[in-house]
Amino acid sequence: MPPTPPITDLEQLKGHPAIARLSGWNPAAVQAAKFDRDEMTVYVGAPCLREACVLLRDDASCPFNFLSDVTCVDWYPSEPRFEVVYHLLSIPNKERIRLKVRLEGSSPVVDTVTSVWPAANYFEREVYDLFGVRFHGHPYLRRLLMPEDWEGSPLRKDYPVEGYR
Amino acid sequence: MAHLTPPVVTEPTQDRTMILNMGPQHPSTHGVLRVILEIDGETVVRIMPDIGYLHTGIEKTCEAKFYQQVVPLTDRIDYLCPLTNNLCYVLAVEKLLGLEIPPKAQWMRVLMNELTRINSHLVWLGTHAMDIGALTVFLYCFREREDILRMFEMISGQRMMTSYFRIGGLALEPPLGFFEKVREFAERFPEKVDEYENLLTGNPIWGMRTKGVARITAEDALALGASGPTLRGSGIDFDLRRDMPYTGYENFKFKVPVSQDGDVFARYICRVQELRESIGIVRQALDGMPDGPIKANAPHVVLPDREKMKTQMEALIYHFKIITEGFAVPAGEVYQAVESPRGEMGYYVVSDGTAKPYRVHMRAACLANLQLLPKMCEGRLIADVVAAIGSIDIVLGEIDR
Repeated sequence: MPPTPPITDLEQLKGHPAIARLSGWNPAAVQAAKFDRDEMTVYVGAPCLREACVLLRDDASCPFNFLSDVTCVDWYPSEPRFEVVYHLLSIPNKERIRLKVRLEGSSPVVDTVTSVWPAANYFEREVYDLFGVRFHGHPYLRRLLMPEDWEGSPLRKDYPVEGYR
Repeated sequence: MAHLTPPVVTEPTQDRTMILNMGPQHPSTHGVLRVILEIDGETVVRIMPDIGYLHTGIEKTCEAKFYQQVVPLTDRIDYLCPLTNNLCYVLAVEKLLGLEIPPKAQWMRVLMNELTRINSHLVWLGTHAMDIGALTVFLYCFREREDILRMFEMISGQRMMTSYFRIGGLALEPPLGFFEKVREFAERFPEKVDEYENLLTGNPIWGMRTKGVARITAEDALALGASGPTLRGSGIDFDLRRDMPYTGYENFKFKVPVSQDGDVFARYICRVQELRESIGIVRQALDGMPDGPIKANAPHVVLPDREKMKTQMEALIYHFKIITEGFAVPAGEVYQAVESPRGEMGYYVVSDGTAKPYRVHMRAACLANLQLLPKMCEGRLIADVVAAIGSIDIVLGEIDR
């Protein structure tokens, strides 16, 4: 059974409540969207991320009150290089949504969401540690898993799997 | 912002306080958790977990392996419930591939997954009780755990690092006598749970050490990303098996234990009740076990049977190709979450259309649960820190990856 092709047309996906809500608030917030394998992905502009998260968390009909995960994907050497990925879960509605923020490789910075979900504290520190993506406004942006004096970001694609750098 | 876990600072902030180091070689920290405590006498003023001692870079290693080679790595993440990790990973890749899994394989997955949950909860109960001072329970729990490990060995050849679930189905047909053994275990296990409960639930010392200790409210648990029994112990009725079913859990009837108190005792009660529910699921799985193949009909993904390899040219070619060059997975991304014994275990797998995953990320339930520790312990006694660490059931392999 081959997977059905993803829907990437924003016009077709306008009906999704989360997208409708976000683009109703700020038309520039939603850059693109993708519905693939029953999972909804919304590409959010980096400057709007924090407000978009507050909006989704406080939505009355479908509150995304649980931050499942924050991670990052490195698309080296293409630009924008980094995609920071947020997996949100709505416990009352049993629904998931994925937010993505694209960041340039030269100075990857995005606003922190620790003030929206304190759970993001460790997740963002982990992304900072392993990818070198900075979270603006994070109160304790320090390495989490690697030693404090480690150089480099191990999960970047230009970092070798084995051997010395 | 007040309850964000701070990074490690080894200088006391007040005149009357001192810094106490606990771990990473402390028996109550379940592995290599290091906790820095700032204490005022016996009272904890500040608590700073320091993690990373077991960081092995599994996520990076995954990117250099074929999809099927990642399965044994997932065992090593959470070594107390390897099958749950296997399951979560294979489900994610199967979703990327769009594979249809035959019913017998699904039911076997549920059966093995619940046995793993019992296994994990038994280790938790034994060590948690031992931390607090009830030494006997440990021996009782490990007696039953040994039975489960023997079953794992019987079915997969391995006691702990099972790698029994494979992309597209199961590794092997369950051996003769396996189901009888599981049924016999399922018959006698409930009275063993009574035994543990006799030792603990009504025990006044246990009650004094756990009731009202390390309390966490539902709002805090949600905000800090707690999941599993830690979340349900705070009164939020959410279980991925029931609410967002996967691998055929919708066919099973079970209750989700919830407690309102949010203390160590509440989390204890939730897990002990889960032991009973899990054995109920095991029994249902045994009763309704369907017949049929254990592997999906996808020759380019699933390794052929040994017998076919010896007689059919095509099977041999597929075998050679899968082993030497893997199989290409259509480009895309999937986040698959399962209810592990500790909470929401999630795998985020990104494929770029090649035979190696572009990115594998594990959402570790323990990493999020650990963030509750400062909220639980601040202002309490050092002895309560031990109870709190035990009650969130941490596994450092999963936290550090």
